[in-house]
Amino acid sequence: MRILNLTAGRLSRHRRGPIAGALLLLLGLVTAGGLYTAVMTPASAERTQDLASQVEEGRKLFLVGCSTCHGTNGEGITTDRGNNLGPSLVGVGAAAVDFQVGTGRMPMAQPGAQAPRKDVAYSEEETAALAAFVASLGPGPAIPDESDYSIEGLDSAAQEAAIVRGGQLFLTNCTACHNFEGSGGAMPRGGYAPKIRGVEPKYIYEALLTGPQTMPTFSNGNLTPDEKRDIIAYLGSLDDAAAIGGFTMGGLGPVAEGLFAWVVGIGALVGFAVWIAAHTTRSNKKKVEA
Amino acid sequence: MSNELPGHGGSNLPAEEPIPNPGLPEHTWRPTDIDEAAEKRAERQIAAMYLLSMVCVVLFVITYFVADVGDNWNTILGLGASTVGLGVFLGLALLLIGAGTIQWARKLMSDVEMVEMRHPARSSDEDREATLAALSAGGEDSGIARRPLVRNTLLASLGLLGAPAVVLLRDLGPTPSQAAEADYPGAGLEKTVWTPGMRVVRDVVGTPIKASDLEIGDLVNAEPEAIFPTEENGYPELHGAELLIAKSKAAVIVVRMEPESIIPGENRDNWSVDGIVCYSKICTHVGCPISLYERTTHHVLCPCHQSTFDLADSGRVVFGPAGRHLPQLPLAVDEEGYLVAQSDFTEPVGPTYWERDHKDIGDQGEADL
Amino acid sequence: MSIDTSKVATSNSSAATAKKPGKAGAVANWADERLGLGTAMKKNLRKVFPDHWSFMLGEIALWSFVVLLLTGVFLTLWYHPSMAEVVYEGSYDPLRGVLMSDAMASTVHISFDVRGGLLMRQMHHWAAMIFIASMMVHLLRVYFTGAYRKPRELNWVIGSLLLLLGTLEGFTGYSLPDDLLSGTGVRAADGFMKSMPVVGSYMSFFLFGGEFPGEQIIPRLYTVHVLLIPGILLALIGAHMLLLVYHKHTQWPGPGRTEENVVGFPMLPVYAAKAGGFFFIVFGVTALMGGLLGINPIWKYGPYDPTKVTAGSQPDWYMGWPDGALRIMPGWEFHFFGYSFALNVFLPIIVLPGLMFTILLLLPFLESWITGDKREHHLLERPRNAPTRTALMVSLMTFYGLMWAAGGNDLIAIKLNLSINQITYFMRVAVFVGPAIAFWITRRWCISLQRHDQEKLLHGYETGVILRSPEGGYTERHLPISESAAYTLTARDRDEVYSPDAETDASGVDAPGGRLNGLRAKLSELWFADNVQKPTAEELEEARHHAEHEHELTASLDGHAADGHQFDGHHAVEGETLRGS
Repeated sequence: MRILNLTAGRLSRHRRGPIAGALLLLLGLVTAGGLYTAVMTPASAERTQDLASQVEEGRKLFLVGCSTCHGTNGEGITTDRGNNLGPSLVGVGAAAVDFQVGTGRMPMAQPGAQAPRKDVAYSEEETAALAAFVASLGPGPAIPDESDYSIEGLDSAAQEAAIVRGGQLFLTNCTACHNFEGSGGAMPRGGYAPKIRGVEPKYIYEALLTGPQTMPTFSNGNLTPDEKRDIIAYLGSLDDAAAIGGFTMGGLGPVAEGLFAWVVGIGALVGFAVWIAAHTTRSNKKKVEA
Repeated sequence: MSNELPGHGGSNLPAEEPIPNPGLPEHTWRPTDIDEAAEKRAERQIAAMYLLSMVCVVLFVITYFVADVGDNWNTILGLGASTVGLGVFLGLALLLIGAGTIQWARKLMSDVEMVEMRHPARSSDEDREATLAALSAGGEDSGIARRPLVRNTLLASLGLLGAPAVVLLRDLGPTPSQAAEADYPGAGLEKTVWTPGMRVVRDVVGTPIKASDLEIGDLVNAEPEAIFPTEENGYPELHGAELLIAKSKAAVIVVRMEPESIIPGENRDNWSVDGIVCYSKICTHVGCPISLYERTTHHVLCPCHQSTFDLADSGRVVFGPAGRHLPQLPLAVDEEGYLVAQSDFTEPVGPTYWERDHKDIGDQGEADL
Repeated sequence: MSIDTSKVATSNSSAATAKKPGKAGAVANWADERLGLGTAMKKNLRKVFPDHWSFMLGEIALWSFVVLLLTGVFLTLWYHPSMAEVVYEGSYDPLRGVLMSDAMASTVHISFDVRGGLLMRQMHHWAAMIFIASMMVHLLRVYFTGAYRKPRELNWVIGSLLLLLGTLEGFTGYSLPDDLLSGTGVRAADGFMKSMPVVGSYMSFFLFGGEFPGEQIIPRLYTVHVLLIPGILLALIGAHMLLLVYHKHTQWPGPGRTEENVVGFPMLPVYAAKAGGFFFIVFGVTALMGGLLGINPIWKYGPYDPTKVTAGSQPDWYMGWPDGALRIMPGWEFHFFGYSFALNVFLPIIVLPGLMFTILLLLPFLESWITGDKREHHLLERPRNAPTRTALMVSLMTFYGLMWAAGGNDLIAIKLNLSINQITYFMRVAVFVGPAIAFWITRRWCISLQRHDQEKLLHGYETGVILRSPEGGYTERHLPISESAAYTLTARDRDEVYSPDAETDASGVDAPGGRLNGLRAKLSELWFADNVQKPTAEELEEARHHAEHEHELTASLDGHAADGHQFDGHHAVEGETLRGS
């Protein structure tokens, strides 16, 4: 069948519309794909597992994907020369695993100063299993639930107060490394505090709790769960807020602003200057004096 | 027309130019000069720009009254409608006037080049002579040259007038020693509001910290209790300048690390509590607050100029332009287990100043740095 | 040959006729009877200005200053220059109930609750950045074209002062909202002051009215920002313009242009229109930037608090280079006899900018001392024709640029995945090595460009037409450049190396300034070394003769010149065919 019928004879071109072929093909593909999805999708992921089998599944995953650097029992590996391949995971808790694996930082693609955020390697249930396993190695911070990090349940006045307090806490505890917009900042020796905007609230909570990479911990004795929740609420308000001044140019402060002043401002104005002084069109004809 | 350069005299270079000045090139006309239709078209184009500018002004005025600000900003594509609208319409209104005027100059105003002669920057010899004559006549008349007594006393009296100008500025501020006598808490460069037994409290919330609250790896941004007066602790309210001055010297960071990692400074064995140490938050370089703490290395980095200090080793400088270690606050615990300061800092907090080491303020607790 | 000086611009409308005085005439008469405007304006209305885009860079600065005045006045109508503690109760929710200074509260009010307020704030800030950037670009243009030579050295000095004052004006201005970012800068300024030997702490206490931060600094910065510096700026800008009008503008050399004339267009109407139009364009671009590009969102920084800070704390771009110097400086602090000398702060932030500014001020005098050139100059020089001058500024720019980059080292680190420590170590070396390399490369580049120009002048331009001789050799056809292009290439001075009079005279008395003279002669020699001088008339004749001869040799046998050169882009090609007729 010719898809667009353009080369068909004049008669047949009028029998079908020109794009009939394309539409039919599309319909066929969608139907086949839909049937496949409906029929072939594996059973729902909500299998209820008991804790022991989850820990066991986690251990198996751990041995395959994590033990090369972290040791078969998560005890950490230090080479003879004193280089640390992977720190001990005893006592880091399920929260740490949920954060590291859930944001794709772990497993690290290659050793380096910092584990960057990248594509997630494990599914949700695999991550949960790994977390359960590591939690079993030693007591540590647990994965928070939503009430820990969300202000949804509060009335509007309390929500506003939470955001105000969260802002003050954010400016005191977080902006030194992560910058006033949460755009990130530099740390020594190639490390960096990553951008924390557009990050799931759960992961922010876990990062605060567990102190990934070189980040200090903000345990619940340091910043209470309510205080952490307020900080997360403030970050959310930054995301929700309209940029009333126009495009934010990355939220990096005066350096980006200076770049724009030069490139856009001076560039445009010098461009105009060139236009102003440029020769206009010339004609070869002579002017006839009146 | 000679093309010789003036003032060449005395050189032995050839005066002959290789190529004589060909003079102004013949003028070529623009389409708008020779073609009525092109001229009219240019006029219409310019007028259109001016008209469009007026439209933009109208849109500006409409936007001003229609776009909401305040509690509930109108937005357009996630940007503030008022700012964007007003800015774009004002900008276009102005740009169009400018562009129209430029086009008028480029297309319609005569572009036949004109020549104007320069004049030397110096005045003519006659003018100079006349001026000199006037100056000397006036000077002679005043007698300033031959009356040294009058002249010198005039100069001296005028010069001395500098003194009131300078002296009037004396009360711009107290001297450092005067400031140290002021009656607000922690006055002067050498003191802060920290006193023996004062609790360390979390910044913003003001809650006191128990040693057992903290885990290894924790970083607490903290203040002295005096910054958060309550009925319980009984400290006086601090406001305005006094509050900011107090914060600018007394702010601290508290970190907890493995006790074995700490290398205690000279006479500082008892300044930490179970691996919890407390340092001034104010950088010794130019005074920015620091709290970029690396949990694994125990280094703290200042974001302003990247001075780096080792909190496990008496705040020693390990990188960057700071010249001096970070002052350490000696910690203890009170009966209820809360962290308290043993005393004020044993050295002035903040940037270096000339007389810093001069005053004797007791045991500096200087580590071997 | 004479240059026709009688050309008067013709207008496109009918010739002006004497009109009977209408309303405008009556007003003009009234004014003239009191002010004598006729005399004052007679010369200036049709004053001739030369036309080139690079002459408009100073105008960008001038017009952005006007924009700053206008938007600045707007802001003063709502801004409170006070550090009194207030509780914020405005419409920006995340700061409600927070303690802040009245200055900050009023600035948040302008941004959120005054219609057009944020636009004006942002326009003011963008205009300030463009003001200083355009002054720098203008400075570079003036320097690279040699426009700062006699008689314009004073204008250079005034311009340098304008740049310095503009920088201070910017710093005081962005510190007025008393937000966290600018407050951190003010805190650093306190540290700078304290680092000064002997008087440091006194200066700090006098400036802040006591201990940092006190309550005086914002009102005092306000006075400096809206009264003192703008007053001085206006006076200096006036002097700058006055000198420009008196000396008349410089011009590029070319046909019809000499040291004694100015060729261009008259003030009325052409330059009034172009400059006036450009004002609207600068204003318009600033308004567009102010409306579309958010700058300095102070509400997100929050009020200044000496215990809070943001990563990426940098001053505005024009203070970036001293910040860089501060960052890469090693931590040299000296303690002796109970005193502390913070060389690590004093050197990069007090000594270095002072030194750089002094060098900037002295550049015209330095050059005239080295070259011994006391002539007036009104024709510009191409940068390539003054290699040492060009290379000197390029090396200064390299130093400036590297320091500037060092000031952004943390942002470079996160954007390019580098270590801030490595960047700092690199910069410590680069700021010395870089300028030296830049100097050398620029100088050789200029000289090689001069050689290329000389080739064009003597042997013509390369047509791209390759000829093969009967023996098999390949040559490229060169054709002479046009007369006006050739003239332009030779419209430059011959360089004269300064040679002092004999060191000692007949009686054995040393010439005054003898030792310095020797240095001066040496420097002058180095200044002009390897410069390609333009050919003398005989050399040019000889070269042209030689070229013609070559031309004949490479002509085809039947007498026609070898085809192809018509299509090399330098000629009109109507009616031409490739194979000849």
